[in-house]
Amino acid sequence: MITIIDYGIGNLGSVLNMLKKLGVPAKITSIPEEILKSEKLLLPGVGSFDTAMTRLNESGLFGVINEMVLEKGVPILGICLGMQLIMEGSEEGELPGFGWIKGRAYHFNKRIPFTLKVPHMGWNDVTLTARNSLTKGFDEEIRFYFVHSYFVRVENQAHSMMKCNYGVEFDAAVHKDNIYGAQFHPEKSHKFGMQFLRNFAEIWSCSGPELSLACS
Amino acid sequence: MLRTRVIPCLQLIDQALVKTVKFGKYNYIGDPVNTVRIFNELEVDELCFLDIRATIEKRQPNIKILKEIANECFMPLSYGGGIRDVETALKILSIGFEKIVINTSAVENPELITEIARHSGNQSVIVSIDVKKSFNGNYAVYSHDGSVKTRLNPIEWAKKAESIGAGELLLTSIDRDGTWKGFDLEVIKKITSAVSIPVIANGGAGSINDIRKVVKEANASAVALGSMVVYQQKGMGVLINFPDRLELQKVIN
Repeated sequence: MITIIDYGIGNLGSVLNMLKKLGVPAKITSIPEEILKSEKLLLPGVGSFDTAMTRLNESGLFGVINEMVLEKGVPILGICLGMQLIMEGSEEGELPGFGWIKGRAYHFNKRIPFTLKVPHMGWNDVTLTARNSLTKGFDEEIRFYFVHSYFVRVENQAHSMMKCNYGVEFDAAVHKDNIYGAQFHPEKSHKFGMQFLRNFAEIWSCSGPELSLACS
Repeated sequence: MLRTRVIPCLQLIDQALVKTVKFGKYNYIGDPVNTVRIFNELEVDELCFLDIRATIEKRQPNIKILKEIANECFMPLSYGGGIRDVETALKILSIGFEKIVINTSAVENPELITEIARHSGNQSVIVSIDVKKSFNGNYAVYSHDGSVKTRLNPIEWAKKAESIGAGELLLTSIDRDGTWKGFDLEVIKKITSAVSIPVIANGGAGSINDIRKVVKEANASAVALGSMVVYQQKGMGVLINFPDRLELQKVIN
């Protein structure tokens, strides 16, 4: 069972639709007690960094998610803004992120040629920079659908899983231990996104929670 | 590099998928949900749905059909037709569509562009502009599925839409719709050079070469296909299809 964390930001319908199509049990919840019982977490997000962090802080979910990820080692996947939230912070806001992975989000403006439009919106190619459970089944020519104005750069290259180029090279997906992030929208990236979410769903089936680190 | 988007732009009349010629007579194409299953298998990268008669028939968007589409389609989706207020727009976004297309309601109430953008971001608002060339060679903007000529100048209207929150423009040439005669490069070029948001060129696509031209010569950011993806060939029967990906890439990327 994948728990999709609802903190009042973004549309969760598409993610749930794709998991349903894959036959992966999933539910959307904002209740801390339910999140504490989760086997696997998915942190979506659309909107601005501080709004998201404020909602997580005020609802008490920040502490709950932190406990699940850091103490219980539950696998988590942050999508789009959700991936930026797992970093230390963003140029978009003042508040700190979860900070599980060292690195920050930066605005595209002034860092890319002015002929390129912001947001970076559409399908773009990515290259794998690491091999792990989430990159299973991906070979050459991988593309995903992106919509974002801020991009992430990890501090330690060991935490980069995929890179993408849009006037500037950035981390399209990140990974450290039980923590995964995707800047793109797997739920809108048909077969590529399905493979990615299926991989995330399957980390679970190869282990119990305590073993998930070993097989990732 | 970002790939140029090639988007099947599908016309609905309530529950039926249709294809018009010059916004006039139309053919019945089929059931939208079955059709999108085929587009799903063809791995198209984006889909746009327009209920072309919702506004003039004073209908609300058919949420049931849209839900079925969203449950089947795992690519970016946009919908337009009969959206007059923010609540309806948000409802459609919440069921799994990324973008809202507004045309008549944007002309009548430009504030709606700003309101939707404020709630869901500029990238969620596509302003659709239907244009027609008059006898004197000037272009005019039409609303109500091409039936009402407005006083708007296409370039001024495009710029205004951008300035008040539109994230993209869907620019349709009424004269070219369903004709397979190629895009109206003249008006598309005028608009793409006047705004910095993406412009989706629509109306007239008949070949891969037309797609190449509108991207290379008129600087369209994205290309919408109608007849080409629902008919076998001009004048032939219904066949849901999509141009060969490699061939497309060769000409546009």
